[in-house]
Amino acid sequence: MLVVVVDTSTPAVTTALVRVDVDTTGAKGVELLAERRQVDARAHGELLAPSVRAVLAEGGATPGDLGAIVAGLGPGPFTGLRVGLVTAAAMGQALSIPTYGVCSLDGIGARTAGTALVATDARRKEVYWAVYHERRRVTDPAVDRPGDIRAVLEELGVTATVAVGAGARLHAEALALPVLDAYPSPVALAELAADRVRSKAPGEVLTPLYLRRPDAVEPAARKRVRP
Amino acid sequence: MTDEPLVLGIETSCDETGIGVVRGSTLLADQVASSVDAHARFGGVVPEVASRAHLEAMVPTMRRALDIAGVQLSDVDAIAVTAGPGLAGALLVGVAAAKGYAVAAEKPIYGVNHLAAHVAVDTLEHGALPEPSIALLVSGGHSSLLLVGDLARGVTPLGATIDDAAGEAYDKVARLLGLPFPGGPPIDRAARDGDASAIAFPRGLTAQRDQAAHRFDFSFSGLKTAVARWVEALERTGEPVPVADVAASFQEAVCDVLTAKAVEACREHGVDVLVIGGGVAANSRLRALAQERCDRHGIALRVPRPRLCTDNGAMVAALGAHVVAAGLPASRLDFPADSALPVTTVAF
Ligand SMILES: [Zn+2]
Repeated sequence: MLVVVVDTSTPAVTTALVRVDVDTTGAKGVELLAERRQVDARAHGELLAPSVRAVLAEGGATPGDLGAIVAGLGPGPFTGLRVGLVTAAAMGQALSIPTYGVCSLDGIGARTAGTALVATDARRKEVYWAVYHERRRVTDPAVDRPGDIRAVLEELGVTATVAVGAGARLHAEALALPVLDAYPSPVALAELAADRVRSKAPGEVLTPLYLRRPDAVEPAARKRVRP
Repeated sequence: MTDEPLVLGIETSCDETGIGVVRGSTLLADQVASSVDAHARFGGVVPEVASRAHLEAMVPTMRRALDIAGVQLSDVDAIAVTAGPGLAGALLVGVAAAKGYAVAAEKPIYGVNHLAAHVAVDTLEHGALPEPSIALLVSGGHSSLLLVGDLARGVTPLGATIDDAAGEAYDKVARLLGLPFPGGPPIDRAARDGDASAIAFPRGLTAQRDQAAHRFDFSFSGLKTAVARWVEALERTGEPVPVADVAASFQEAVCDVLTAKAVEACREHGVDVLVIGGGVAANSRLRALAQERCDRHGIALRVPRPRLCTDNGAMVAALGAHVVAAGLPASRLDFPADSALPVTTVAF
């Protein structure tokens, strides 16, 4: 089955066309047919749709050939993240095919080794992060100041040996770990949703992993004009 | 008239998720999901709250609109979407959704101007717009006077607010008077029992010295401050605030300036049609005063029904249908959401 994968949870706008095997051979069976990655934190709305069209063309597919859409749910900066999710949701609705969500950090964590701290840039001097042991996530996705993560990990009894992702690179000093660069892998995201794709599980509403409330303050007392 | 284009319109520039379907100038569906209640306790639209609501509402609102119109996405000739002006993050949800629908359904997409769409929506109610006409657009987000020729080719801005939008002034004054958000309807109601001549509030940018630089511009910030000072002076003396009189006098000041400048623009440009759009067009005093002054000067006044004046997807579809019928090329798929899109750009 042909599947489009999108992830806009990081400065990278990532799209791919993959084939997910429907026969149960036991193997993961996700084959990459075409992939696009453009890194520009401020142009997700401009880059994503043309890049979806491009991977379809490169893979020799039309939208009508698709069987499902897989999207990274974040966490990530909200505005860019929503571009990916609403695009995926619209495509799913237009084609009457299911959409499946995957934690975007898992798209990085699934390609790490040992015990790895995956950290993406959450802006405001914070990172979105989770810890992976043997490629499986062992902590819930969270948003924190890099300097506060060590204490959280100690409390959980987890010792990461490497930090991976753009957030890790940006805050390497505060994390005090060796750093590897990575963006979410579309094939990894597809693999994480492959069981749902194969079993034709009911589609999911793509709800972002916001992890933060909107910035909004209720006005206290009425503002008085200056005399 | 089946050769008229079937166009889907998507609007997310502020706090309404609007999906509309039109065939030419015939309205087939107009579905709106509003997040206004979520903003009420903040006394104004919170952009992030609006953006989150747009994402949640997009698919179900689209479903309802298509069902009501009795069409499928595969039937439409084009998809139009508000590309700006508006709240950047909110616009982007609609633009990205529209692109997703367009790519999947393999349809042409048109990124269009929200203000021009407020003008175009009148064609759904009153038919083709005479050229040229003057448009007065007033809402919580805009206060503009436009000279409209062929709507598909471009709109000439004559003036706009230099500070607050008219609707914003309503919201702020409502808050001052202890009335709920959004402030337009409660002030309109309160004003009915008040004396509009009780308090002489200032009319912004109407002085002789403003004629050169700001003849068709608006300013409501000074008015808002004047109301606040007046109310607070009274409160200091412990006297009760005559809410109805303040509401009526404030409303009169707003509507007086809006209609006077709109009529003056018509006369200056020799135009005999005035279109009023935007949420404030639902205001009873604005409608009455505009009618009175248009009648006096032989100007035909066109105001769509309130439901079409506030932000909706039908207005975007209406403009889209006009642009398609005019034979304009579709937008490139990489057009941006532009929060400050000038009204001279009707379609990308
Ligand atoms: Zn508007």
